Parts: sequence; C-alpha cells; structure tokens
Amino acid sequence: MSNITTMQEKNMQREVLRQRILGIAFKVLVYAFLLLMGVIVLFPFYWMINSSLKTLDEYRMSVPTFFPHAVMFSNYVDAFQTASLGRLFLNTMYVGLVSTILSLVITILSAFAFARLEFKGKNVLFAALLATMMIPGELFTITNYITVTNFHWTNTYTVLIVPFLVSIFYIYLLRQNFLQIPNELYLAAKVDGTSDFKYLCKVMIPLSLPTLISITILKMMGAWNSYIWPRLVANDANHRMITNGLRNAFTDTTGDVNYPVQMAAVAMVSFPLFLVFVFLRKYIMKGVSRSGIKG
Amino acid sequence: MADNNMVESRHPWKAWLYLAPALVLLAIFTVWPIINTIRMAFLENYSGLKAVGGATFKFGIGNFTKVIKYKKFVQCLKNTVLICFLTVPISTALALLISVALNSIKWFQKPLQTIFFLPYVTNSIAIGMVFAAMFNIVGSFYGTENQLIVTAGIINNVIQFFGGQPVNWINYGSSYAANIAVMTIYIVWNALPFKILILLGGLQSVNKQYYDAAKVDGTSKARIFGRITVPLLSPMIAYVVITGFIGGFKEYTSIVGIFGESMGPADDAKRLNTMVGFVYDSLSTNNQGRASAAALILFGLILVVTLLELYVSKKKVHY
Repeated sequence: MSNITTMQEKNMQREVLRQRILGIAFKVLVYAFLLLMGVIVLFPFYWMINSSLKTLDEYRMSVPTFFPHAVMFSNYVDAFQTASLGRLFLNTMYVGLVSTILSLVITILSAFAFARLEFKGKNVLFAALLATMMIPGELFTITNYITVTNFHWTNTYTVLIVPFLVSIFYIYLLRQNFLQIPNELYLAAKVDGTSDFKYLCKVMIPLSLPTLISITILKMMGAWNSYIWPRLVANDANHRMITNGLRNAFTDTTGDVNYPVQMAAVAMVSFPLFLVFVFLRKYIMKGVSRSGIKG
Repeated sequence: MADNNMVESRHPWKAWLYLAPALVLLAIFTVWPIINTIRMAFLENYSGLKAVGGATFKFGIGNFTKVIKYKKFVQCLKNTVLICFLTVPISTALALLISVALNSIKWFQKPLQTIFFLPYVTNSIAIGMVFAAMFNIVGSFYGTENQLIVTAGIINNVIQFFGGQPVNWINYGSSYAANIAVMTIYIVWNALPFKILILLGGLQSVNKQYYDAAKVDGTSKARIFGRITVPLLSPMIAYVVITGFIGGFKEYTSIVGIFGESMGPADDAKRLNTMVGFVYDSLSTNNQGRASAAALILFGLILVVTLLELYVSKKKVHY
C-alpha cells in the first residue's frame, strides 16, 4: 500500500517538475520571440543613425561597420544645407499650426452642434457625413485639384491648409466625447442663464481637452507626413513641405548619392516625430485606436 | 437625445450657424468632388485642358472600358492586389502572435509594448529611404549590371553571414519578386504597430474567467489559442483585416519611399506603380476622365472587399 502511494507521489512530483520546466522553456521562447521582433522593429532606426554618422568611404565598406569609426556630425550640417531643411521646417510648421488651429475651431463648433443642439435633419446629416469617410481620398483629390487651380491657389499656403480643414473623423471623435458630458451640467448652466457659446468654452472644451490634444497631434503629424497633395499643388521652393523636400533633395542628383548625408536628413525629419512619440504617445494611441488612419 | 430639455431648440438656426464653416468647406471640397468626379468618369476621354478649350465629351462608360484594358492599369491593379494579399495576412498573423506573447508576460511588458508602437509614429517616406539604404547595393545604383558591386548592403551582409547568396533587391536589374519582397517587408513593418495596438487592447479586455476555466480543464496552450483567444478576439481581427485591406488598396507613399517617384528599379520605372499612383499619373497628364474612372474602380474594389469581409465576419466572428 505505502509503496504504491510513494510511487504515485513520485510520479506526481515528476509531473509537476516536468510542467514547470515546460513552463519556463515556454516563457524563454516567448521572450526570445519578442526580443527578436523588437530588434527587427528597432533595427532601421539604429541603422539610420549609424549610417548618418559615417563618412561616405566607411559607408561603402564591403563589410558594414556597426559603429562609425569617425563620428561625422558634419553630415547633419551638410544635410541641413543640401535639403534646405530650415525653410522646409518653417513651411511645414506654419501650415501645421494654422491648419490645426482653424481645424480645431471648425471641429469644436460642428461637434457641439451635433452633440448638444437640436435641429431638423441632424441625424440624417450626421449619417451622411460619416458615409463619406468610406470614400478614398483620391476621388476627392481629382476634382479638388481642378477647383484649387480655378481658385488660383496653386503654390500658396492656402492650398495646403483649406481643403483639409474639415475632418469628419475628428468631428465624430469630439462629438462622442461631448455626448459623455452629463446633460445636467448643460441644464444647470441654462438655469444660470449661461449662453450656449459660453457653456461650450467654459465647460465642454476643458472637459474634452484630451481629445482635443489627440486631434492636435494627429493634425500636426499629418502636416509633417503629407506628401501627395503638396507635391501636386505646391511644390515650389517657397511652399514646399518637409517630406517632399526630403524625397526631392536626394533624387534630383544623377550621380552617386551621398548616403550618410541622406540618412542624416532622414534622421532630422524623424526626430520631431520621435519626440512626439516619447512625450505624447498616449494621446496618439487614444486617437489612433479608434480610427485606423495615419495622421 | 430626443428630449424637450433643449432650451436652445427655439432657435434652430443657431445650430446651422455653428455648422456653417464645416458645411461650406464640405460642400466645396467633399460633396462637389463626389459629383464632379463621377461626372468626369462618365464623360469619355474627358480632359480638363480640352474642356477649357471648349471641347465637348460624349457620355458613356468609355473611360472604364479603356482603363481596364490599359496595360499600365492592369500592372497597377496586379501590384496593389498582390501587396494587399501578401501584407495583410502576414502582418495580421505576426501582430496576433506578438500581441498574445506580449499579453502573456509581465516583466518588461511595457517597454516592449512601447518599442512595438514606435514604427507608427514615423514618416513613411523617410523610413522608406532607410529601408532602401538597407537593401541597397551601394556603388552600382545608377550603373549597369556588369558594374562592380562595392557594398552588398547590410541585409545582404546578414544573408551572407548565414551562408546565403546576396540578392539584388531594388537596384538596376533586380527581379520583380525581389522588389515585391522588399515592399512586403517594409509595409508589414509599418503595419504592425496599429494592429498590435488594437489586438493587445482586445486581449486585455478579454474576461480572464475563460482562461481560468481552460486551465482547470488542463487545456493545452495551442488549444486555448485556437478555441478561446482567436474567437474572442475575432471582432478586433476583423477590424484590423478590413482597415488593412483599405490601407493596402491605397498603398502609394511607402513605394515612393523606397523606389522614389520612378516607382520601380532604375531599369524598369513604374513597375511597382499602384492604383493610387495610376490616378495621380493620369491627373498629371491631364486625363481627368481616366483618373476619375480609375478612382471609382478603386472605390468599388474597396467597397466590395469591405462588404465581403463584413459578410464573412458576420458568419464567422464571435461577438
């Protein structure tokens, strides 16, 4: 009898041990997989910085070096001048700031009307607007290109700002946020004789600040990353946006491209985005998880 | 919302005042384009330049029949569909694996999560140029096939390190398959963060009781993954697949990032052009009729694929 129990106990112990070893092995496997994927995800960033600090000769070595022998910060100066990044940066910031501010005003007013005011055809109008979100942007671009040409807007800042001021998605996002603010607050304000506009400014806007920040970041990133529309309508030196400038500055040359300098330019364009990522990540994630749009 | 507490409802015009700026802009830049683009698509051989000159155009479906017979368009369609059907399944599967793995660990979870989100906040042209540099064969970029290769590029170095043969990925004389492989890798890399964000969010909201019950029953990990995780996550999986296809059909800038505006290797420009690229090319040559028809075909494709996926997910997705 006692022999059998000990046998069973031994078997049990062996089984528990086996399970634990398997569990640890599995954990190790999981971490190995995640770390490998993490390295793959990070590698292009590392390679960008590594390449941007090399001399052209070192960059061309048949076996690439993983750390630059001579650190060439001068590549960054060269890149800044070659691509005239200063001007591109100012252009982009101007377009980004102006379009963000105007866009916020329009979005707040519309979202307020859809969330708090009552008017005929509200739901039909809102549904119709949401439906336009399904249509790919290219379909609008074709006619908008004709429209802005007729308006004589090509090669101005206006053409980079105005056509994209209204975003149905941002209106939708903010309306959802406004709807969460309890009705009682609105009624209390009404009893106190507060006007709609004052209520919007004093109560609703402060309460939905996180959403407004998300919109601001996405809008600024949109200006920073926009490429197709600016190339079509405002690709002159005075109005060129940063992404267009980056791509053009290094494809116009017919000779051999100075890759380290190119990578330095790429790094400088990526850096502000990296800062946004580090400090404002949670706002982006909040906006993004509900959209699936980029910028 | 239909309550009579809306004090301001006595002044319905006020609402229209609030909406006015948005509605004016939408009328010009959203509603009119829909009407006008459809109109141009059905005016045969419509060209803005000729229209200004006073030419009239016949109403018909000529633009559509011409576009789909156009060799360049067929190439663009093929590239777009190929990229979609390669990148969406790969990135979804990979994102699912990473999310499940991330969700199963505690130590170092947050830093890893941050790393995996990093590619989202990037400029797809800029990072495309980095990928191009990684796959590039330095020294023969504008040269001929016979020119001496100076550096095989970091990716080829890694391949050689593991005993493989270097590949001409994107340079002069590179193969179509190699080009598509590079595009697939880049687009998957770019698509992962959004998918991981959604799927991990879904996993974290799954009721832990299901897993506890499975544990009590001694269910294997593979079975838990197949029978619990995937079904519970199916709405999020459907969502990332649909948005993935929509994004894939509109693919353009990532190709510009790697290949530049030539949209192909030096010896075969436009080889990797996409539907969106075709629309812009037609636009820049003043073929608005053709561009509109192509844009409508693109819209139709997106609509069909989306509806198809919604139909499938209605049958398969467990809510």
